[in-house]
Amino acid sequence: MPAESVPAQRFQRGFLLQAAQLKVVGPLLVLLLFCAFFALTTRTFLRPGNMSLVAQQSVIVGTLAIGQTLVILTAGIDLANGAIAVLATIVAGRLVNEGNNAFACLLFAVFLGVLIGFCIGVLVSRLSLPPFIVTLGFLGIVTAATRLVAQGGAFPVNDDLLSWTGNAFNLGGATITYGMVIMFGLYVLVWYLLTQTAWGRHVYALGNNREAARLVGIPVRARLLSVYTFAALLYGIAAWLALGRIPNADPNALQNGNLDSITAVVIGGTSLFGGRGSIWGTLIGTLIVSVLRNGLTLSGIDPLWQDLVTGVLVICAVAVDQLSRQRSR
Amino acid sequence: MFKSTVPLLSSKVLRFLLGVSCCGLFSSAAPLRAAEGDQVIIGLVTKTEVNPFFVKMRQAAEAEAQKQGAKLIARAGKFDGDNEGQVAAIESLVSAGAKGILITPNNSTGILSAIKKARDKGILVIALDTATDPADAVDATFATDNFEAGLKQGHYARKALGDKPAKLAMLDGTPGGTVDTLRHNGFLKGFGIAEGDPVIVGKVITHGAQDEGQTGMENLLSAHPDINVVYTINEPAAEGAYAAIKAAGKANDIVLTSIDGGKLGVQYVQAGKIQATVMQFPKLMAAKGVDAVVEYAKTGKKPSGFVNTGSELISDKPLPDLPAKDTKWGLENCWG
Amino acid sequence: MSTDHPQRPLGQVVLEGRKLTKRYGHVTAIDQTDFELRAGEVLAVVGDNGAGKSTLIKILCGAVIPDSGEMLLDGHPVRFHNPLEARRLGIETVFQDLAVAPALDIATNLFLGRELRVKGFLGKWFRFLDKARMRREAQAEMQALKFHLPAIDSAVENLSGGQRQGVAVARAAIFARRLVIMDEPTAALGVRESGQVLNLIRTIRDRGLPVILISHNMPHVFEVADRIHIQRLGRRAALTTPQRHTMAEVVAIMTGAAQAEGNGRE
Repeated sequence: MPAESVPAQRFQRGFLLQAAQLKVVGPLLVLLLFCAFFALTTRTFLRPGNMSLVAQQSVIVGTLAIGQTLVILTAGIDLANGAIAVLATIVAGRLVNEGNNAFACLLFAVFLGVLIGFCIGVLVSRLSLPPFIVTLGFLGIVTAATRLVAQGGAFPVNDDLLSWTGNAFNLGGATITYGMVIMFGLYVLVWYLLTQTAWGRHVYALGNNREAARLVGIPVRARLLSVYTFAALLYGIAAWLALGRIPNADPNALQNGNLDSITAVVIGGTSLFGGRGSIWGTLIGTLIVSVLRNGLTLSGIDPLWQDLVTGVLVICAVAVDQLSRQRSR
Repeated sequence: MFKSTVPLLSSKVLRFLLGVSCCGLFSSAAPLRAAEGDQVIIGLVTKTEVNPFFVKMRQAAEAEAQKQGAKLIARAGKFDGDNEGQVAAIESLVSAGAKGILITPNNSTGILSAIKKARDKGILVIALDTATDPADAVDATFATDNFEAGLKQGHYARKALGDKPAKLAMLDGTPGGTVDTLRHNGFLKGFGIAEGDPVIVGKVITHGAQDEGQTGMENLLSAHPDINVVYTINEPAAEGAYAAIKAAGKANDIVLTSIDGGKLGVQYVQAGKIQATVMQFPKLMAAKGVDAVVEYAKTGKKPSGFVNTGSELISDKPLPDLPAKDTKWGLENCWG
Repeated sequence: MSTDHPQRPLGQVVLEGRKLTKRYGHVTAIDQTDFELRAGEVLAVVGDNGAGKSTLIKILCGAVIPDSGEMLLDGHPVRFHNPLEARRLGIETVFQDLAVAPALDIATNLFLGRELRVKGFLGKWFRFLDKARMRREAQAEMQALKFHLPAIDSAVENLSGGQRQGVAVARAAIFARRLVIMDEPTAALGVRESGQVLNLIRTIRDRGLPVILISHNMPHVFEVADRIHIQRLGRRAALTTPQRHTMAEVVAIMTGAAQAEGNGRE
């Protein structure tokens, strides 16, 4: 059978862009809709100062959500990410307050987080234990460890390096913190890893068809381990960003970090079943949640609406994902 | 010989009898153990194990129990508002043979049936820090009068503002919490306004957490940059609020008040982050509670009614007609 | 990549198995089975369920290690400890369930696990994928196979069953250096698409790669196979051609209703 004429390279490229962005267009529209709504109903929403605020309030969960995206793309889930970040803040804070070198303390705290991620990864990849269960177990373990190290309550962390991510510079009337820059940089890095390297393709394949990945020779266990370990590195960095936002190590912080990051990932269009999604969708999902909270406060609407709207968005996102997959069957 | 006994041993009837006698042995052993030690067992159920307020309360109770030669078993809910966990804790303490139970209820009505079951067994139940609803569901309540504490906070805030027209922001705790409601209403009364007064420009829910306090204050300031007085439910929320206020460059323009009186809180007042806080005395609540149970075990005498363990305004900038203690006194007497 | 297959003289044995045996507990899946694949041919492997067909194929592609017997690849003895070793020796397998990631596009699936990186510094240190080259080569392969597909950037799940099969076959064709094994490639397909896949099989053979075709579908076998290996009760019952026996006779040998003359070797 003779081959039919192949579409020109130009058309192919356009098609590719379309396909890639399709998943992100939905959440982007929702974000713009909310922004438009709050811009119209309040006078202060669009001010650069307020926009900067929304971004600052997104930094911690936004960074946790990057790691969560990677894990969910492999059809896993991470319930321990908030706890790992909090443990890192407590460990770093305690060690610095005792007079140790700040850089070493930060490095050690992040390393601790990576170690925990590594353990989770080993259990998931080698013993094939369900990620939900493993991370649930570690949530308890890490939370207990945090309380042990914190010995009671929150404590201030007086160190320039640890709170450096909170320093800011001015850009056209808006405050940009180094934390925001770091978070954005991490998004770019992970975008690159996911779309321009073989590792990224393998991550998608792991979630989309685990068996196929194995059959084509992808080292499944090594890839899974690398995902959980790298995600934990991101959680450690989130701890540094948290200390920058407020230089206080609080064992009570980020109690909903896991669910908040999952919400951001799902609203951003990534499928909970793995194999589909864009990292930029997660950023948009994080911003949607922050915009909602900020906008509702600004317009004086009861904050209970925030939970309601977020819940509806999550269900819509999952429904859209399911419907689009059924259509293409 | 064995052939005939084996079928007997494997019979269901014999196994059942074996089981029943084991249970009998165990249950008779328990009071035996308690009688041997003759140590009074006191149960303490706090709201959570993470709030330093309750951690200090537990530590004070443990110290007092040791002094009195009693044994303290401490339990807590998993999160602020966890009623189930506290119900389960009370039930376990009853089985453990506690003579008295001290509880800071997460839910003033949800805990009632568990308390009743305990009291029906002759166990003394005292509410600490937060009253039940109705208050006489327990034998006695040792607590801060949270309404009065809020009142003091409100008085100070109003006076500190002077003649300026107020723009008040309220950072509340957990919706529906008894303590939260009392402090909130007490503050309003002390400030001289009613709920819904236009002077209140914004309210947020913080669950008493620092990060939510920060986010809430940031958003409120963004909406109403002219806020000049802030009510906070507790010191962690106030710490978060202060970070937002400082970032907005308004540290000198805003009167920030709080309640709790932990060591950190007093230090915040000392550092000028908070203008005033109202100190509570949880250690006193705990110690009094332990003493009451020991007394009950010895003489059968029960405490009753509401025992106000007091509250004290702490500020380094005292105002006329408002009795206050300075931070030096605060650091000596704080519970942190 | 698609054209550098060693052009062996027709008739030379490419893959040979001698007295292969595999037991699972008390069950003997294959019992002293022989196997022979020659250059330039499509060899169909047929047999009823339980005849040992799938075990034989798993041994040939490296997924299962035989208990005894030997295998020779181009005359040299080989042992595969896993499918990757077989792949490295140039044996590609098209699995029955295709082993494609549906959400990913065609080019990505073709090169999954064997991605091409940009030459030089960017590729080595930053692991930058050469997506343009992968797309080009995927396109070229499709054309060489004369297989019609929509844009090379389509997600595999948007393709029809036959097109998906084509993608899996193309993947094997691109990377195979010695032979291709295909497990029930037309099982889920309709008439037209089956025809396309059978064409693909012929094209691959004509390019110099012998094909081992496992199939239940007698008409398809008779349409495309040069020789037929009939597996029965753990052994090779016959090795024949579509010219020597009719479909009915092959089925009869498969089910044991008839015996092949001699040992039916061609």
